[in-house]
Parts: sequence; C-alpha cells; structure tokens
Amino acid sequence: MKTVILTLTNPSELMLEGQNITPDNFAGKKATEIATLDVWEGKQKSPLGKYFTVEGEGGATAADTRIILHGNCSRVKRIGQQMTAGEIVIEGNADMYIGGWMKGGKVHVKGNVDSFCGIGMEGGELIIDGEAYHHLGSSPRGEWRGMQGGLIRVAGDVGNDTATFINGGTIIVGGDADIHVSTHGEGGTVIIKGNAKGRVGGQMVKGDIYVYGTIENPLPGFKMVGEVEQEVDGEKAHFAHYIGDLGERHPVSRGKPVYANIYTRL
Amino acid sequence: MTELIIKNGFVFDPLQGIKGDRMDIAIKDGKIVETSALSNPKTIDAAGMAVMAGGVDIHSHVVGPKVNVGRLFRPEDKLFKSPHKKWTRMEMGSSVPSTFKTGYDYARMGYVFVNEAAMPPLHSPHVHEEIRDTPIIDNAAMPVFGNNWFTFEYLKNHEIENNAAYTAWLLRATRGFGIKVVNPGGSEAWGWGLNCEHIHDPVPYFDITPAQIVKGLIETNEYLGLPHSMHLHCNNLGNPGNYVDTLESLKLAEGYAPKNNFGRDQVMHITHLQFNAYGGDSWGNIESRTEDIMDYVNAHDNITVDLGQVTLDETTTMTADGPFEHHLCSLNHLKWANTDVELETSAGVVPYIYSRNVKVCTIQWAIGLELALLSKDLMRVFLTTDHPNAGPFTRYPQVITWLMSRAARDETMKTFKWLDRTIDATSIDNIDRELSLYEIAQMTRAGPAKALGVSNTYGGLAPGMDADIAIYPLNPEDMPSDPAAIEKAFARCAWLVKDGVVTVRDGEIVAEPAKRTVWVDVKVPENAQVQRDIYEHFLRHYSVQLDNYSLFEEHLHNPRVIEVDTT
Amino acid sequence: MPKKVENVGCPYCGVCCDDIVVTVSDDGKKILDVENACAIGNEIFHHATRGERIKLPRLRQPDGTYKNISYDEAIDYAAKVLYNAKKPLIYGFGSTNCEGMAAAAKVAERAGAVLDNCASICHGSSFLAIFDNGYPSCTLGEVKNRADVIVYWGANPAHAHPRHMSRYSIFPRGFFTGKGHKSRKIIVIDPRHTDTAQVADIYLQVKQGHDYDLFDAFRTVLRGHEIPAEVAGIKREQILEVADIMKKARFGTVFYGMGLCHSDGRNHNVDIAISMTRDLNDFTKWTIMAMRGHYNITGPGAVWSWQYGYPYCLDLTKKDIAYMNPGETSSIDLAMRDEVDAFINIGTDAGAHFPIEAVKHLRKHPWITIDPNINMASEISDLHIPVGIVGVEVPGIVYRMDNVPIQYRKVVDSPEGVLNDEEVFELIFKRLGELEAEEVAKGPAKAVPQGIRAEE
Repeated sequence: MKTVILTLTNPSELMLEGQNITPDNFAGKKATEIATLDVWEGKQKSPLGKYFTVEGEGGATAADTRIILHGNCSRVKRIGQQMTAGEIVIEGNADMYIGGWMKGGKVHVKGNVDSFCGIGMEGGELIIDGEAYHHLGSSPRGEWRGMQGGLIRVAGDVGNDTATFINGGTIIVGGDADIHVSTHGEGGTVIIKGNAKGRVGGQMVKGDIYVYGTIENPLPGFKMVGEVEQEVDGEKAHFAHYIGDLGERHPVSRGKPVYANIYTRL
Repeated sequence: MTELIIKNGFVFDPLQGIKGDRMDIAIKDGKIVETSALSNPKTIDAAGMAVMAGGVDIHSHVVGPKVNVGRLFRPEDKLFKSPHKKWTRMEMGSSVPSTFKTGYDYARMGYVFVNEAAMPPLHSPHVHEEIRDTPIIDNAAMPVFGNNWFTFEYLKNHEIENNAAYTAWLLRATRGFGIKVVNPGGSEAWGWGLNCEHIHDPVPYFDITPAQIVKGLIETNEYLGLPHSMHLHCNNLGNPGNYVDTLESLKLAEGYAPKNNFGRDQVMHITHLQFNAYGGDSWGNIESRTEDIMDYVNAHDNITVDLGQVTLDETTTMTADGPFEHHLCSLNHLKWANTDVELETSAGVVPYIYSRNVKVCTIQWAIGLELALLSKDLMRVFLTTDHPNAGPFTRYPQVITWLMSRAARDETMKTFKWLDRTIDATSIDNIDRELSLYEIAQMTRAGPAKALGVSNTYGGLAPGMDADIAIYPLNPEDMPSDPAAIEKAFARCAWLVKDGVVTVRDGEIVAEPAKRTVWVDVKVPENAQVQRDIYEHFLRHYSVQLDNYSLFEEHLHNPRVIEVDTT
Repeated sequence: MPKKVENVGCPYCGVCCDDIVVTVSDDGKKILDVENACAIGNEIFHHATRGERIKLPRLRQPDGTYKNISYDEAIDYAAKVLYNAKKPLIYGFGSTNCEGMAAAAKVAERAGAVLDNCASICHGSSFLAIFDNGYPSCTLGEVKNRADVIVYWGANPAHAHPRHMSRYSIFPRGFFTGKGHKSRKIIVIDPRHTDTAQVADIYLQVKQGHDYDLFDAFRTVLRGHEIPAEVAGIKREQILEVADIMKKARFGTVFYGMGLCHSDGRNHNVDIAISMTRDLNDFTKWTIMAMRGHYNITGPGAVWSWQYGYPYCLDLTKKDIAYMNPGETSSIDLAMRDEVDAFINIGTDAGAHFPIEAVKHLRKHPWITIDPNINMASEISDLHIPVGIVGVEVPGIVYRMDNVPIQYRKVVDSPEGVLNDEEVFELIFKRLGELEAEEVAKGPAKAVPQGIRAEE
C-alpha cells in the first residue's frame, strides 16, 4: 500500500468541499498531481495544494492507496465520498458526508464527525473514534433506498436521524442516540450500546435494532413478544424482544407478516 | 430577412408524401419558401443526412402542478443524475426534468412542438408560468374536461350547445388547446375515494356515465370544429383485462365524422394505448391484446392513438387518473402525492421502476412496440412514452431504434429475466417488421401535427409552414448496422432550425429563438344560461373569484392564437 | 370620486383571500377602505399609504448612520457583494411575487449563491416529509365542498389564518356540505387549548413533543392492533373514538402547522401524519394540507422546483449544477456554521426570525435587505433597498397554501421611483454580467471561477 499524507496548513475561511480526497482519485498519481486536484470553498475552485501540503504518492489502484489527513479538518466535508476501496485515516475531526456513498474500503476518523456521514453507504467500513452528529448512515433526501451494506462504528454518541431508510449493513453506536433510529427502515442492523431518546423504529418495515441502555420514550407501535439470547457484536446477551412498527405495513412471508425487531438488553 | 437553404438532404415529409427524395429546403424570414424566392441564403449542407420537419409531441407531461409535484418531491431524481449546465440555465432532473432542461432536451432531439397532456383549469396560471420558462419549443396545453362538473351537468341532459359554450369559455379562460378527457367520471368519483372502472359505471351523485361523457365531448368537439379531436385516457388504465374496456371506448367513436377546417381526420385520439391493451385477469396471467386493439384501430380511420411506450427505466408516473395512482402506490409502496382539484379533476404522482427483471414490465415493453408494428397506417399511430409515465421523453431515440431494428429489440430482450414468459404473453417475437425513416417521420411529426390540427404550420416542409427543420446524421442509403448509431443520431440532431434560426448544431444548443404558447380561441354565440351557471358555481363552490380565474393577458407568454369561429 | 377595486388578493397569509374590495382615493394615492379582509390583511393595505415610506435605497455609512443613495448605486453595491463573496446567501421570499422569485434565481445562478426561502425556518419540515412520503392533498375548494371531518393538528388558524375556517374548512356551505358547520365534525389536537380549539367537537391535549407517538398509536389502531392505555397524554378510549370518526368520514382533511413542523422530530411528525393520511385512504377519502404561512411562501417552492427541481435550500454556488440538502444548505445551518460570507434578506425579516447566533454570524459579513419596510433586518443591514408591496402596489402571481395560483392585482402605484423585486433583481443580473465582462477583459488569470467538472 502506498500512502499519501495531506496536512491542512492553510485553513479555509468557509467550509472546504473535499470530494476529490479519495483513494480512487489519488490512485496512480504523484504528490504534485494530487495537489492539483480541485477543492471548493463555495463558488471558488482551487487546487488541493492551496490548503494542504501533499506528500507521498497514490498506489496503482484505489485498493493500494492509503490517505492520512493531518491538521484540523473539522471544516472539510466529503472526504472519502463514493470511494470504492483503499483507506483513509483522519487524525482528528472532520465535517459532513465523510464516507458518504462509499462502496468499499475503510475510513477511520480519530475524532468527531458532523452530519450525513456514511450517507447512502453501500459497502466498506466507517470507523469513528469520537461522536457523530445527525443522519449517520442515513439516506439522502427523498431516497427510499438507504444504506445497503457495510459497517459504521461510532465509539461515542450520535445525534438524531440515524439509519433513516436503512436497507442493509450494520451500524454500531458505542454511546447514546438521540431521537429517530431506523425510521422507515427496511432492513439492516443498528446496535446502540447506550440509551436511545425515542422514536426508535418509527414507521419501520423490517430490520433489527438492539438497544443496550433504555429507550426513554418507546413507541406504542412496538409490542413485546418474548425474550431471547443472542450474540451481538461479539458478546452474548439477554434481550427483551419487541416487534413492530404495528402502525406500518409489513411484507408477508409464507403467509405471515415479517415485522421489524427491537431488542432491549435485560 | 434571414435566408437559409438546406441543401441536398434526403427529405422525409409524409404530409407531402416525400419519401427520401434529395431536395433543397428554402427558408426566409422564419418560414419555408420556394427555393426560387431566395436571393442570398446561407447554406446548410445536409448531404448524406435525413431531413424532417421539427418533431411534434402530441402527449407529454412537461408543465403544470402535477409535473411540479413530481419535481418537488423527488430530490433523488436530481442527485448524481443531472448533467452540468451547457447553455444558459442549469439542467436538473432525469425523469422529471426542470423546465429549462425540458426545452433544451427536446430541441437537441429535433423537436419543436410539445402538447402538454393535461392542464387542470384552476391551475392555468401555473401552467403558463412553466410554459414561459420552457425554452425554444412551442407549447400548447389541453385543459381536462372529463371530470368537470359543468360538463357533467350539460352532457347528462345532452345539452351540446351549452356544453360547447362552456368549453369555448374554458379554453379561453385557460388559453388552452383542446378537449382532454382523463378517466372520465372516475377522477370525480375519486373525490370520494371511488372510481369508474367501466364505461357504463355511473359517477356518484352526478349520475352520468363515462360513455355519455366521451360521446358528449366528441359531439362538443365536432360541434365547435376544434383543430384537435377529443383526446382520451381510457378508464381502467393499467389493469389486466382492460382491453375490453378499451374496445368499448374505441367503439364510442363509431358514427362520428370529423368536422373542422384544420385537416384533422379523426374524432377520437386515444393516448398511451399501451396501458390499456392488457388481457388476462391478474398480474400472473397478464398478456398482450394488441392484435384485438389494432384490428379495430386499423379498421376505423376516425381514430388516432399514441403508444405510451415503456422504456424500462426508473421514472415517475403522474396522471389525472387519481384512483390509478393510488392503486399503484398500494402495489409498490412508494411515496404518493395526490392533488384533487375542485369541480375539475384529480391527479396523482408515484415513482415507478420498470425493471427488466419483472415480467409485467417486459410485457408492457412489448405491447407498446406491437401497437406500432401492427399498425397499417402510421399516420394514425404516434410515438410517445406518456412522458414521464412510461419513461422519460429523452428515450424517444431508443424507442425509434426499437421500432426500426429487430436486432435492437433482440438485444434488449436478451436482458429480460422472464424472456420466455414475455414471449408467450405477447406477439413481439413474431414480428420482424422494421419501420423506415419515412414511417418514423409519420409517427413523430406529420401524423401528430395532422391529428392536432396544426399541420399547416408544424410537422411538414411545404412552403408556408414554419421553418422548423431537423436534420439527423443518418444516410438512408447507408444506414448504420449498429442500432446504437440510430439512437445516437436521433438523440443529437445534426441541425435544428426553428423559425428559421439555427438552434441546435451537433446536438448542442447554439441559439434560443423565442418560444410560443399556442392556444385555441373559439367564438361562440352568447349563452346566458352558461354564463349564469358559471356565475353560480363560482359564487358557491369554487374557492377563487370568477374574475380571478381566467388568465390575465400579461401572464400569457408570446401567444399564437388559432381562431375558430362558430357563429 | 374614490373608486372601488374588487377581487383583490390579500398579501398576508396563505389563505390568499381574493375577494377583498379596496376603496382608493380619487387621485389613486391613498387607500381609504378595505372590505372583507381580516384585521391583519386590513392593516397591510392601509399601512401601504398611511404614512411615510422609504423611497430610496439607504447605505450604511462609517459613522453607523444611513445615507440615501440611488438605485443604480445600490444595484452596483449588491452585485459587487454577490460577485466578490465566495458563498453568498439570498434568503427570504415570504412576501413577493413569483416574477421576483424567478429573477432572484437567475441572479443566484449567475453569481453562484445559495438561494433559500422562509420554508427553511417554517414548513421545510413539510418538504422533508413530502420528499420521503409523498403528499396526498387537494385544493381548498374540495374541502369546502366535500369534507365532513376536519382535523387541525398543531395549527391555530384562529390566529394565523383568520378566515381559513370561514372560507374553506368549517363554516362554508359547499356543494355536498349544505349544512355548513353542522355537517362537519371538528377535531383539534394541540398541547394548548387554543382559540381554534374553541370550535372543536373533540379536543385532544397531546403531550408536547409527543405528536409522533400519537400518530403511531392512531396508525396501530387503524391496523387493528392494540395500544397502551395512554399515549402522548391521550387515553386509549379517546384515541379509539377519534380513529373511528376518521375511518367513518366521507371526506376528511388534516390541516397541520408549526405544532408538527417545529416540535421535536419536526419533519418526522409531518411524515407520520402523511403516513396516517395514506392509511386512512384504505378506508375512505382523506387528504392532508400544510398551513403555509405567508400568502406566497408556496411561490418559491413552486418556481424553484420547476426551474431547478428543488423547492428550497438551493446551493447554486457551482453555477452549473444545483445541490440541496437541508441541514447543510439551509440558511440557519449555513449561518451557524459560518459557511456564508454575504447575506441578502429579501421579503422577510431574518433579523427578527433567525436565532440570535445566526444573526451574529451573518452580521460579520455584508448584509443587504430588500424590503418595502423598516424592520429589524433593515436596521442592522449595510444596505436597505426598498421595493413595492406585492398585492398592494405590484401585481403578480402568487401560490395559495394549497398550491393554487392566484393572480394578484395592484390597487395603487408604488411610491414614486420605487422599483419592484423583479426589476431590482433583473438590474443586479445585468450588473453581474458587466462585472464578469470587466473581469474577463482584465485577463485570464482573473477570470470568474468555473463550476465543477469532477464526477459526483
């Protein structure tokens, strides 16, 4: 694997749009060429090199390319957007859309991220050591085909609108979640190791949610059907099992409706 | 004073019976003229290329409230699916393009006239605002009458003269073009969540049947002598077995002869016929009934139809058939918008994916093509996708390719998951017919223009017509063996001249001549009864004032009026 | 002789009454009387000609005072602000005509700006819900003629839309509703017992912030499942009773407002309201309608949807393609995250309506207000450009809350020399073109930044 190191030495006044910072775009390029890739600050298009110093070079393919970002990238958006392979490590915070629409590869943020991260994810891994804000692993506005696959793991808390319209893949939240988890969900797995504020599984058609802490405001559309023991994220635990959202439509398989499941740890 | 001469092209003009002759087309001051009338023209070299009149689309949903709901509620139709701007305004959207993209994309394909399929009269100022913002192409819009409370009350008592007076009034109020009828009676029943599936089902409360509405409107149309005929979206659209209802609807035209000064020969135009040509009685055994339908259409020359060809895309359905749209969203569970309009109509919008892996969709695909390929007179069968219902209009070149090339059809069919079942349920595999450029010209310009009653201005290349000419990079003496080349040629015309101005060059816009709003102004004798009825309904039942309903002149954009005098 | 102008549209709220009669003085300069309008509409007309109006643009001086300048100078200033900023924001459009909105869009596209309207702080929640779930709705005349059950959920038309109930929803005798309010059942759901609740047959005092749970309960009941004894502060018996009324309606409409849009969960409250409306259509006929606030706040949503495909929060900074993602491209978020460097407030008052932190961030940059009146925004602006009052002095098309276009008239002329929004933006558009040409003439190194070419 070849590594490209970007260091933010000239922070922007407004936000930077960094959708070109991906292994796919850096593959096959040397540092000087990478420095000419476009970034945007509003309407102003500039080369990457205006804001970052660039060292190293890309691998032959995206899969062979690792990118490490240093400096305070908390005002840089869209890093890793639509990447198909390779690695990105952000040594600190980042802004919105990190790993948005990613298809493969791995993004590791050693800090916090803002909203819309992992949006429309199809595959790969998005690891966040700090907190994520809203719309984590969610679908873009109007899009009923949400997260399809891949893994998102956040060590800390998340905001609201996690996993909206989730279709597949897994999201693991180490801390608490604010309202709205898997709203309109039609598949996938969301695991919240802390507490959830409310609106968990609202309008959910299919899929699974595990909450280890408490749900402060459970929805009336979920009813308890029993207790189960399951292995989740590598550990066995005992859960109360709820099915729902009973206010929502559900597909029928072999003559029986297939509900979404919420498991709360006992 | 601009003069142009298009030299040496292979000209296809079915309105004059010209089938690929090499000849010149002369243009002066925005009109086609005799070549002898030119003194110093600029030359367009059309050697080796096919020359046709600018395209005429008889049925497309491009402007108005339900189109706009389709845009508004589908941000995902824009994200990652929109091209970058190439001309003066941004071009956003894929299945429901913005008005600017609509105008530009039609022009790139060599089209010059698009008839908006349905205008809810109460929303006519909205329609005209969008028409103003749709560049280059001339637009007309048809107000809907088939669920109109005035129409019901007059036709129930067979008061044709009164209905004609009201129709004339409404055409003027909305600056509309013709009589559109959508799911007659059923969209009013939808005001209560009900429908009229068959043509003798009475409308709740109003107690009139779809059959009565259709016949009454044919009579009204001919009484007035409008340029276009009654334009019908049949009842029971989209349901297996509906071909029976379609045949019954077609038969309603029997015995009527067209009466007009515009060269129109039909009394009924059936739109997006593909959606109404289904046999079987369930999604499991749905089949094509195009042979029954086309036997009838071929034998009755007072009828024209358009295809509504399914293009196997993700698209957005939108129609004034409110109950159908609700039914559709109960099938695919996607988001559903509904806009019922007081006293006038309803509408629904639902995204839909026509998938090659779904048998019903591939059967639908076959049905649309069969309608054209089984036709004995392509001056009466027109190419549409009921944009965007069966597919975006930007797919017209692909539909042309399917019609012109058996190999293209085979290539597409190879991608079908249920090819064998599709073949069993349709006739497409038995049809080798390949349409010619002349026949395509019939289906996409000459025929629609004639049916719309505008063939003295659009759709042909005779002197006196508007100088609207499309030149496609296809040599009829050396047609490409690869069907994809046909598609490319029709997608990006070599030249489009509109009103004598070179507008498109090699598929790129180079100028933006002023577009027009085409509408029909019918003079009828004063009718005190109708005026009173109008006054009463506005006083009691409408939610806007009568004096605010008719379009103010300042909101009408660059009008071209077609006058009809019945006094 | 004073003259009466009839069929006038009222430029206050989304009810868009178009039956106003305005009596104007013989010289056409003063509005003498206004008939049929509510108290607020009445005031809008009178205020236009009652007192002194701002007639010239005012530019902030170094000493903090305003000095009058010409329109030409103001246009030049505004164009330069838009041209030089990296990410300017043009926001407002609550109170202007569609012609103005179309002209502003042209300017935003050319200058590379973010274009947003008041829905961003109001019914944006509705848009987000409509994007995800659709919008089964109707025109207000349908409600008038057919509805026998009306639900006001989180809306208080008695205060915000004074003639709504009398023109459309409760009192009118329509074609199928000849008995007027006697043929209708009114259900009001609101954490407060508002003035609207006074006319309710049934009032449900939902626990604030828990509307979503109550909708979920209704939906669960409609599908034949059981619910807990109490949800969101409402007892199960009442939920069942109301669900039954809704199922048995002949035609029902849910009107909702900020109670759903701005309480916890926002767009999700509207979204599940739409789900419930869709569910009810399996039983009978139901529609839902957003109680849009201003008389033409529906306008920019309509105009920009047909021009760009998006109703609000349009990021046009790339100049050749549009983006929208409320939460990122919305005005408040842009302001709070310090993501814009110039602000035009038009036909609204961001000074009064935005959170103070957002105002502070925006105030660090050039701030232009385009509005007929002195308001909080104008008083903290660098430039205030007065324009005519649409509906009083400027005609045009507006869109009522139910998306019906209404053609508005003018009853008096604008004060002498005062332009309208469309004219102002057209002039800014032209000036931008001149600035671009000047820049290009200076040489390629200083050419206007181009839009993106990378694959999205």
